[in-house]
Amino acid sequence: MYLGLETALGLLLLASALIALRLRNLLAAAVTLSVFSFISALIYLVMGAVDVAFTEAVVGAGITGVLFIVVLFHTSRRSID
Amino acid sequence: MTSSSRNPILITASRLLAPFIQLFALYVIFHGHFGPGGGFQGGAMLAASILMLRLSVGAERSELKFRKSWGTPVGALGALIFAGTGLLTLLLGGRFLEYHFLPLPDLSRAELHSAGILLIEVGVSLAVMAVLVAIYDDIMEGTGGD
Repeated sequence: MYLGLETALGLLLLASALIALRLRNLLAAAVTLSVFSFISALIYLVMGAVDVAFTEAVVGAGITGVLFIVVLFHTSRRSID
Repeated sequence: MTSSSRNPILITASRLLAPFIQLFALYVIFHGHFGPGGGFQGGAMLAASILMLRLSVGAERSELKFRKSWGTPVGALGALIFAGTGLLTLLLGGRFLEYHFLPLPDLSRAELHSAGILLIEVGVSLAVMAVLVAIYDDIMEGTGGD
């Protein structure tokens, strides 16, 4: 029904996943993972699964983003690049 | 994460935002069986608001809203409400979570269903909120405060 919208969101999802994999800055990668979660929540919403989209937006973009960032602040990078 | 990064804009914005996030979370919890949402989502939103305060205004001041030592008791209380509702219906002759056996007087069968689902969602939201905050507190433990 919303084929164009789904395709666009899918491409954005792929792009955000690849960017999160390629980034060397781990903080930016964590934020990009939050973006990934949010776009996948939008895809669930377009497909009609409102409850799943809600859960994904709250947990994926909220809680795991906070936990990733907290863990990153407690680790240090061994190599300098 | 250090006190030198305390930004007045961040502190003011998060202190303003947190009550509204919590209000919306309560709406999500109590409106869960009419629309999207429910106990898990509302509890996760409550946890997100508390974690936002933990990150922005620091641990010692955000403990005014939710203490670190409350994590396990509140989580256990939520699980107790959930399992207690189910076991109560089991004791009163029904099956697990068969809501119309709940001992609430003057309520029809459909109203008992709504009341039972409400009890379940309150329990789930308490457990989810407390456990998510406790995970954060356990990660931060022993790192010198905030």
